[in-house]
Amino acid sequence: MTNAFASVAQVRDGLKTINYLADDGIAGVVYLAQRLGKPVLIEGPAGTGKTQLAKSVAELTGARLIRLQCYEGLDESKALYEWNYKKQLLRIQADKTSDSWSEVHDDIFSDEFLLTRPLLEAISAPDPVVLLIDEVDRVEVETEALLLEVLSEYQVSIPELGTITAKQIPMVFLTSNNTRELSEALKRRCLYLHVDYPDMEREKEIVLAKVPDISANLADQIARIVRSIRQLDLKKAPSVSETLDWARTLILLGVDHIDAEQAKETLHVLLKYQTDIAKAAKELSVDE
Amino acid sequence: MPVIDLMSGFVGELRRAGLPVSLTENLDAMEAVKVIPIEDREAFKYALGATLVKNSSHWRVFETIFEVYFSLRGSQYNIVDPSEEQADEFWRDDQDQAQLGQGEGRGAGGGGLEALTPEELANMLMRALMQGDQAMMRALARQSVARFAGMEPGRPVGGTYYLYRTLRNLDLDNMLAKLMEAGKAASQRETTNLEQRLAKDEYEMRIEQFKKEVEAEIRRRLVADRGAEAMAKTLRKPLPEDVEFMHASREEMQSLKKALFPLTRKLAARLARKRRHGRKGPLDFRNTVRHSLSYGGVPAEPKFKYPRPAKPELMVVADISGSVAAFARFTLMLVYAIQSQFSKVRSFVFIDGIDEVTKHFRATEDIQEAIHKVNTEADVVWVDGHSDYGHAFEVFWERYGKDINPKTTVLLLGDARNNYHASQSWVVKEMRKHARHVYWLNPEPRSYWNTGDSIVGEYGGHTDGVYECRNLRQLEGFVEKLV
Repeated sequence: MTNAFASVAQVRDGLKTINYLADDGIAGVVYLAQRLGKPVLIEGPAGTGKTQLAKSVAELTGARLIRLQCYEGLDESKALYEWNYKKQLLRIQADKTSDSWSEVHDDIFSDEFLLTRPLLEAISAPDPVVLLIDEVDRVEVETEALLLEVLSEYQVSIPELGTITAKQIPMVFLTSNNTRELSEALKRRCLYLHVDYPDMEREKEIVLAKVPDISANLADQIARIVRSIRQLDLKKAPSVSETLDWARTLILLGVDHIDAEQAKETLHVLLKYQTDIAKAAKELSVDE
Repeated sequence: MPVIDLMSGFVGELRRAGLPVSLTENLDAMEAVKVIPIEDREAFKYALGATLVKNSSHWRVFETIFEVYFSLRGSQYNIVDPSEEQADEFWRDDQDQAQLGQGEGRGAGGGGLEALTPEELANMLMRALMQGDQAMMRALARQSVARFAGMEPGRPVGGTYYLYRTLRNLDLDNMLAKLMEAGKAASQRETTNLEQRLAKDEYEMRIEQFKKEVEAEIRRRLVADRGAEAMAKTLRKPLPEDVEFMHASREEMQSLKKALFPLTRKLAARLARKRRHGRKGPLDFRNTVRHSLSYGGVPAEPKFKYPRPAKPELMVVADISGSVAAFARFTLMLVYAIQSQFSKVRSFVFIDGIDEVTKHFRATEDIQEAIHKVNTEADVVWVDGHSDYGHAFEVFWERYGKDINPKTTVLLLGDARNNYHASQSWVVKEMRKHARHVYWLNPEPRSYWNTGDSIVGEYGGHTDGVYECRNLRQLEGFVEKLV
């Protein structure tokens, strides 16, 4: 890693300079991950900046971000590596006459014919990288096993080539939206970080940092209203990104002080279910 | 105590509380502790959390145990004997002053907190809550505990007792109203409803925070008095998935509700996946031949008949009398949350009369609201509002019995405490004849079955199985089996 962190505070301040406001928990775990050389499993509701954390850490350390988006049906050839069959075929056909069998055999299973996929790429990269394995809960339990060797040993075994070991230990972030329980084996190899909705103060700072031209007063009001809405019993609580969208909407509308009427009219930016909108509108307009 | 001893005691307690901490995780925690200094308490806590706790619903349990094992120690937290109080007072005053610092300067009027009358203390608390002054609130929490809790060294009383005594003396219940009024007076103009609502949320949160401070203070003193091991034992609480439905406190109910939502999502995802990835069926000859035409008659691509298991129809018949109401509520919530896994769900509730409540769930997407409607609108009382399974079943059979068909699975929920009425167990027997399956879910521990007026055995004999469903874990296990 080019820029090693010296303390938790340094991580937090560093992230702040690139507009990612981390709390003690987040900064602490990032620092720990780097010191111990362990992957971080980030869980939490959607839209709380899980993926953004990995991106920001990459930006902060000046590392290249390699991203593996997980989906159902992801397999070895998409995640780890694949042999370039077409090229191998061409190689065999190109000089049928000259080479002996063993030469061809050794030749076509070499680096030249290997297509690296994100995991192998992260392992074999000579420059510092941050590996982001996004939405890992989407793959099947069996596919999770593919990740285990990479995560614990930082190596990939290719039967024809041998084992490729990492030249430097990359920082690894896995994100999960918690749609299923991840296997014990995977959890055991990672540091666990639960990213929840930020508290009011932090959310206000996030709004101030991310939305240009917003007044402190309006940001404060937005954060307060969002906190109150999150306390309601909703199908889907507003995420941080939705808070930001709402703030931008209000700026566009030229609002600098929210009253109940304006809040009600713009609620659909924050909430995406009709029942939720009705409930929030009702709660915000009646007094206790 | 060296950190390593403390750590092994700590990890041991986590395991006793039910957290699955493996050996590698323990080693990771030791590594982490080397890197993060114990003096930075917050960072230290998160370091331990990141290595030892891999499930966010376990975080609260972890936090409590952490507080016990790594709480601030020192003589200032000892429970003071009344006889020694005089000597100690000076010293404690110094401490308070030092800690307060700025809070004091801002309007407390100088002097130690010890000298204040109860009224002055209450006023200061109110001011601290108004301004959200953290340092002041902490100092006041300490002072209130010292003053009101009446803690005596070595007395085997739980923390809740002291908490109750402290809070009763502070009259926090009226504090919210007072704060609201003061806030209104301070703003000097008409406040809108929205502003009031936001202010109320803010004050509620601060009061909650103050209560937590008081609780933490009491805990610290108890730990100092009795030692960590003993304290951890008295504080041990079940994990959310192990909380018993029938004995859950209100706070536990809240955490149960929170735990239920992600659980249903996981369950639904798992079940849907299971359905899709069912085993391969036999060769579909017709389909294979048809597809072979595009390969010039060579059956290059064999086709299989994928079994499409019919989704079951579900009828939930739940006792919602006082003792088992919570259980019925959770089961209904769970069933409706995954209703896409069933072709049809109908629900009935009873005490001694029975009523169909399917329409409440159909009318709204909001399960909470539906449950609320069920509780208020369903017509379930026939004579006296004491459970009468016999009568309820009889009426059920009369009215809805003909709707039970070989695709139907019937779930009967309740503790079968029939108040010595006639059992009418022939209804269950008839149900089983017509339905695909009949299951009985009992929220009582197995050892209580068939004691007193419980006649679960009499009904159970006619069902396909009676299951103990005391907590979310068992309920989840059963539902997965059902689909």
